[in-house]
Order: sequence, then C-alpha cells, then structure tokens
Amino acid sequence: MGNTTMENRTPLFTSSDWDFETLEKVYKEIENVALNDLGLDTYPTQIEIISSEQMLDAYASIGMPLMYEHWSFGKHFVREGNLYRKGLVGLAYEIVINTSPCICYCMEDNTMALQALVMAHAGFGHNHFFKNNYLFKQWSDAEGILGYLAYAKGYVSRCAESYGMKEVEKTLDAAHALMNHGVFRYERRTKSRLDKEEIREERRRENEERTFNVLWSTLPRKGKEGEASEEEKEIAKRKKMLNLPEENILYFLEKFSPAFGPGENWKREIIRIVRNVAQYFYPQRQTKVMNEGCATFVHYYIMCALHERGLLTEGAMQEILVSHTNVIAQPDFDDPRFNGINPYKLGFEMMRDIVRISTGIDQATNKPCSQEQLDEDKEWFPGIAGCGDWRSVLKDAWANFRDESFILQFLSPYLIRKLRLFEIFDDEKSSYQEVAHVSDDAGYKAVRRDLAKQYDLGLIDPNIQVVDVDLRGDRLLRLEHTIQSGIQLDDKDRDMTLHYLRQLWGYDVSLESIHQRSGETAYKIVAEAEGIKVSK
Amino acid sequence: MRIIDRRENPKGKNLPNRQHFMRRTGRYIQDLVKESVRKRNIKDIGKEEKVSISSESIREPSFHHARGSGRRKAIFPGNKEFSRGDRIRKPQGGGEGGGKSGADDGEGHDEFAFTLSREEFLNFLFEDLELPDLVKKSLKEMTALKPRRAGFRRDGTPATLDIGRTAQMALGRRIALRRPKNEDIEELERKIATFGKLDCLSSEEENELEALTRLLAYVKERQKVVPWLDPVDTRYRNYEEYREPNTNAVMFCIMDVSGSMGEREKDLAKRFFLLLYLFLEQCYERIDIVFIRHTHTAREVDEDTFFHETETGGTVVSTAFIEMKKIIDERYPPSEWNIYAAQASDGDNYSGDTATCVLLLGKEILPLCQYCSYVEIIEEKERDLMRDETIGNELWMAYRTLAVDERYAAHFAMKRVGKSSDIFPVFLELFEKKDAA
Repeated sequence: MGNTTMENRTPLFTSSDWDFETLEKVYKEIENVALNDLGLDTYPTQIEIISSEQMLDAYASIGMPLMYEHWSFGKHFVREGNLYRKGLVGLAYEIVINTSPCICYCMEDNTMALQALVMAHAGFGHNHFFKNNYLFKQWSDAEGILGYLAYAKGYVSRCAESYGMKEVEKTLDAAHALMNHGVFRYERRTKSRLDKEEIREERRRENEERTFNVLWSTLPRKGKEGEASEEEKEIAKRKKMLNLPEENILYFLEKFSPAFGPGENWKREIIRIVRNVAQYFYPQRQTKVMNEGCATFVHYYIMCALHERGLLTEGAMQEILVSHTNVIAQPDFDDPRFNGINPYKLGFEMMRDIVRISTGIDQATNKPCSQEQLDEDKEWFPGIAGCGDWRSVLKDAWANFRDESFILQFLSPYLIRKLRLFEIFDDEKSSYQEVAHVSDDAGYKAVRRDLAKQYDLGLIDPNIQVVDVDLRGDRLLRLEHTIQSGIQLDDKDRDMTLHYLRQLWGYDVSLESIHQRSGETAYKIVAEAEGIKVSK
Repeated sequence: MRIIDRRENPKGKNLPNRQHFMRRTGRYIQDLVKESVRKRNIKDIGKEEKVSISSESIREPSFHHARGSGRRKAIFPGNKEFSRGDRIRKPQGGGEGGGKSGADDGEGHDEFAFTLSREEFLNFLFEDLELPDLVKKSLKEMTALKPRRAGFRRDGTPATLDIGRTAQMALGRRIALRRPKNEDIEELERKIATFGKLDCLSSEEENELEALTRLLAYVKERQKVVPWLDPVDTRYRNYEEYREPNTNAVMFCIMDVSGSMGEREKDLAKRFFLLLYLFLEQCYERIDIVFIRHTHTAREVDEDTFFHETETGGTVVSTAFIEMKKIIDERYPPSEWNIYAAQASDGDNYSGDTATCVLLLGKEILPLCQYCSYVEIIEEKERDLMRDETIGNELWMAYRTLAVDERYAAHFAMKRVGKSSDIFPVFLELFEKKDAA
C-alpha cells in the first residue's frame, strides 16, 4: 500500500446505520486515498440522500434530476416500478450525474458500509472519469447540463400550454425515434455551451429563417434536355450548401426541415433539445466498460486501502466485498443468467490487469508473475510492461480512450484466458454457428479485435445518412443506409421510424439500403403520406 | 463536498409522465376495460385491475439492426470445451442472443403489463367523465341499536363482572389499608415458634414473645377486617346502547329482458348496476345482490343468466315487484338490511299492468327501501326528444306520479339514459345527497 503504514486506527464506524456526521468523516478518508494515493482529479462532489421512490423516479427520467415531460418516461417508470415491486431487480445503490458539481444520489436504505462504497464508486471513480475522459471533455458540458435541462423542461411545458400536449408529444415521439441518429460523431467546429443555449434560442428566429429560405424561396426549375451536367452541378452546389451527406439526421431536420412554417419554429427547438440530450449521453454510450470499470476499480482500491489502515471493520469490509462481487459477477455464456458481457466485470478486470502488467505482480495472489507471463506481457505491451507506474498508465487510459479503443489497446491474452473468451461466427443463412476463435495463440488478436468492435457505436448503430434533398419539385428527402456484413435493419421499426421522419420533414422520405461491399441496392422504400412503399 | 438530504423533496416526480403514459395507452386500455366489464362479475369489477397491453401501442421505434441478421461475430465468456471450428446448431427460432444485436434492441417484451388502480379503472370505464368524490356522499342510512362497551360500573350482573378491573381495585384498596400479607403472618409464626423450642425463657424473651403474640393476633384480626375482596372492589363492564349504521345492504337489480332489450340496452343497464354496486360497497360491509329479471313473469336468477340469457315473452313489470317483495319477506327483513333497488327497462309495459306497478311500488316496495331508482334506456337518437321529463310513455308517466309525490321523492328517482356517457351524470343526479336525510 505504497506510502501508507499499517496504523492501528479505530474503525470509522461500527454500526451499520449511517448518519450525516459519519458520512462526512468517511468521505474525508476516501478523499484522502483518492487524491493523495490514486491522484484522482475530480469535480467537487455533492452527495444527495434520496428515498427508494425517488430513486425510481430518477431511473425513469434517464437518471437526470430534471427532465421534460414525456409519456415514455412514464412507461419506463411503470416498468421499473413493476420489476422492483416484483423483486426481480434491486435498485441501484447510487446514480451519478455528469455535472459540476458531480451529483451522486445515494439511497437512504444503504447501510453505512454501502454508502462508503458508493461514495468511492460514484463520488471519485465516475467523477474522475467524467472530468478527464476526452469524450466527455469534448462533447458534454458538465457545468451547463442542469441549467439546460431546466430550460428544456420549461420550454417543453410552455409549448404544451401554447400548442397542446398532443402536438408537442407528436414532435417529441418523432424526435425520440431518431435520437441515436441525432448526434455528431466527430469533432464539431465549436463546442456548444449548453448554458448559452437559451440566449441562442432568443436569436434563433431571424437566423433560422434566413437559413431555410433556401427551401422556402422559389425552387430551381428543371433544366432542358441535355443540360444534365448543369443540373448535376446545381445539385452538387446545393448539397454543399446543405452540408450533405449528413449523418446527424435530427440536426439536418432542425436546420432545414420545410415542414415547420412560420410559427412552428418551436418544433425545431424541441428537436434541438432532444438532439442536445442525445449528444450529452453519447459519450456515456461509448464508455460503459471504461466508466464502470474505472468506478469499480477505484472503489475497490479505496475500500481495500481503508480496510488495511484499520478504518473499516471486518464486518463492513465483508459487506462491501459481497456487493462488489455481485457487481462484477459474470455468468458464463451458457448460464441462464447470461445477459451479455458485464461491463463492470470487463472494465474492472482490464484495469486490474493493467496494474498487473505494469508491476509484474499477480493481483489475485499478490505474487510475482511467472517468467513466461512476464515475457508474454513484454511482447504484447512493450510500452507498459514492468514500468511500475500503473497509476499513470490507468490515468492515461481513462483520459484518452473509449471502450472500443481501450479494449483494442489493453485486452491482454492473460485476461482472454482468464475470462475464457471465445468467438462465435454467425451467418443467418447457416443453421450452424461456428466457433471462430478461442483463447489461444491463434485467437488472441481476433478476439481482441472483435470484442472491441462490439463496442463500436459506429457499427452498433446502423449507418444512415441524409444524402440529398430532391428540390426539383417533390422535396423528397433521400437517406442512404449502408449495409455492413449483410446486417439488415429491423423492418418494423424501420418503417415506423421512417413514418416519424416523414412527419418531421413534411414531405416524402426515401431510404435506400446499399450493400457496402458490392454497392448493390438491396431495396428502396419511400415513406409517403399514405404509407410505406417498397421498391427494388 | 456537500451532503444534501433530499428525502423530504416531493416524490412522484413522474406522476405527470405516468398520466401521459396512461392517456397514450388510453384507447387500448379502454378496450380492455370494456372487455373486462363485459366478462367479469359485477362484484369483481372495480378491484385493482391488471392489464397487459401489447407493447406495440407504446413502441418507441428507432433505426436498429435486426436480430440475427447478416453475418456477424460475437464474443462470449466462459468457454468450456469449444475449440476452433466447432459447430453449434442454432437454437430453434434463430435467436442467437447477446452480441451486437442485444445492445441496441429497444423492446424486449411483447407484452407490457401493469396494474390499474381502482380509480384509473373507473376513469377508463366511464371514459370522458370525471370520477368525482361520489363515494364519500352518504345516503340516509338505516340505523340499528347496538350495545357498545362504555367503561365500568359498580353494579351489574355476574356475567358482566370484569375480573381484571376488580382485582386491580382490590389490590389498590389492600395496599392503601395496609392489609397484612400472608407472608407477614408466616414470618411472625415462625419467630414465635423459635421461642417455643426454648425450655426456659428470660424475662426479655418473654416480653418479646408476648409482643409477638399480640402482634400476631392484631395482624390476623386486621386481615379479617380488611378483606381480600370487598364488595366495593367489584367492577362490571358497562354497555351503552348506541345507534349504529346498519352494515348489511341488499341490492335488487331488476331488469326487463323481453325481446326489446338488446345488447346495447343490457350493457348500459349493467354499467348502471355496476356503479350502484361500487357506490354501495363504499358504505356497507356486506352487500348481497339479487338479480330479478322479468318478462311477463319474474324470476330470481344468477348474474350470468341475468345479463346473458335472453327470454321471450311479454312485459309485465309488476311481477318483478311481487318477486322482490317475496324475497324481502323471506330473506331480508328490513330491520336488518338496507334495501336498495335499481330497475332498468326500455319503458315497455303491458298496458293494464302499470297501475298495479305504481300501487305495488308505493305501498309495498318504497316503504321498505332506502332508495329506489328507475333508469329508462332509450335510443341514442331519442336523447334530445326525451329531455323533457314531463312527457314519456305510460310507465314513465306513471312512475312520475311517484317521483313528484313528496312522500316518495326522497326514496325514489328516475332518469333516462341514452348512451354510456349519460350514465355517470344520471347516476350522480340520482344519488345526490338528499337534504331530507
């Protein structure tokens, strides 16, 4: 335990009941380890004690303390409530929000030992990750989010008053359907400041109207025969002006949709709100393994440190370890409880493995690794093997990677063997699945690469872009879906989503699915007012 | 670092969202609720209702990959015996689970089940109506004299002797009057006995012995004077008579089932009966429902038969009242039961019978009943025509003489119902709090 000596100090608490004084005392000790030993860098923390009912509330509004009203949150509320009351799921011990100050909701039912665990987990683990990871730095505005949500909530309810909840709901439903296609994946020109949003909206109207005058003004007439090249030039010019192709569909609709005439600009603002919320959560979708791994690693390290210093009773430590073990449980693929790879487990194990690689000491047994193992590490991780300074390696990883790149960079053969990972190849046409790779020399690289891919949102979310707006008369909005590895869209949801898209666009919308490899068109469908039409 | 206690903050932040959700699912739930009213017994309706709606209606679609589509690779943990190249037959139905498709799949369940509260259920049942606090309104209730415990008294019959309180009083008295305990006497006797073992007593010892003997005599005397139990100690349970609302009610549902009553009419009637039941349920511990249906003859039947079986024949309303009177005489003495009656009919009656009906109602039935209501079910298109209460067919007009008669007005009410949304307001009017009570 590095710089600490074995002091025989009295435990911070002996009762399982918590009180505010003890919370504060324990928090100080946790902070001591977090800052002085691990060297974490965090936003100020705000611990909020809530009841289980409030926790259910928070669940339903995607963890945010305030949110605009929408029936879908009610639906999630009903569902979570059902599961909870049936005893199928427990509630989370905490919810943490990427804000500054970093808000951690802790349940009042937690014992003191759990509160300690939770404070370390959320108050320092998640908090450090939020503050330092490049995606969060780049995309989400921790200072502004709560103010923005307050604005959004107020805006939506004002709209509901002015235009009726039904109208607002229609727009929200449609925008929600496109939420995953409402984010910028690559760096934007300027980072948006959420706290400036309200001021921006003030100036919105005049700006907007100038922008979509392009579509509102007289439309270009079709040229004569033989003037195709002129026409094509025109299209190219227009595409450039509209910044096409564009994968952020909500952004495109917000800026250019001709459906919203004068007096309907509030719909653009609602789309923007949905888009901003999606963008705010986008980094979290990309860093599940890392974020949870970081928090789990940090709480485990801190709790062990406190225990070693005699600040936790054996009983409290036992309780903490039970919770910790539950959190990182990973059922095997053939276990009925199996529900994919547990991000807590994968993240925690990978980070512990980084400590092992850096120090050459097996973390489970606390003994030096075998020579064979050291050689393997040296071969796979020449940069960090045996460097000793695992704190820097971890902090660097937490700051500069997302799940996909983190796995690609740091998943070791040791861990692949430990988790006994294997790869299945599945072709919908075949009646068999094939074991493509197992945890052996021939398989490590492939398993690592393909596991990383599993966390690549670029592959998880279908690749759909706005490619053109046919301005020559029908204002048809053309989308293109690139099919990778023959993976098709779920057609029922696709049609429903297109229907919503058509509603937001106001005119017909077409979607063309094109195989990436061959460039062949699989199908083309058009969402018209009367319904969905499929053509080859 | 700050610690904030948020527990006192308002809960139910999601109530508006739940309401939006309910409204959205409204149409589907409404169908289910109507279905449930049709299928279930009156007594079961209005309990908490579990509804399952297909998640279709509340689907939140998005562009996402179809499960198991295309060629894909997925990593799983916990390999046991697989080696490279092994083949695994796909499970039936082709679901391969996990993998890429799992991550972005929005809806996992086909059915979405949740429980409607009683209030939500009733809201859906009478769709565009507000459910008021109607259940709190109470009618003039039949009262019965009942004895109730009311403290203690000094005299009474041995059967009402309260032993605990009596013993308590005795103990208090014994302590206050310093009644010697048996142990004290034993102690004295033991001491005296020690002197008896000695052959020769010193004068001092003799004095002591004498003192002890005198004391013993006094103590024994005192024990007699202060008895263990004295008549002043006895306490008896006191009972007071008080008027208690009768907790039993019987509800007579009377319906014309002759050919002119179709499904629509019966459905409307059922809703009316249902409301009456729900209302009475709030006021009484026990409710019996008696179903009497009639054509030209009347018969008591079970609920299922009442609502679902048709019978042909003429229409003689008075037969139902005769049947009702008979049942009251046999099973429901008015001194013990609150009697309610609700009659639903399309207004037809055998022309010679109407006078008999009014006579029966006025002389025999109404004096026994807490309340009687008559609901005439009319065609929807007739609603405007029938707004005027002073016109109507024979039965209506005849009943009206009762309704306007001040002897009966507090016990009898009549209304017309043309469609389901009429029922509630009509019900409300019928059951408005009566000032007379």
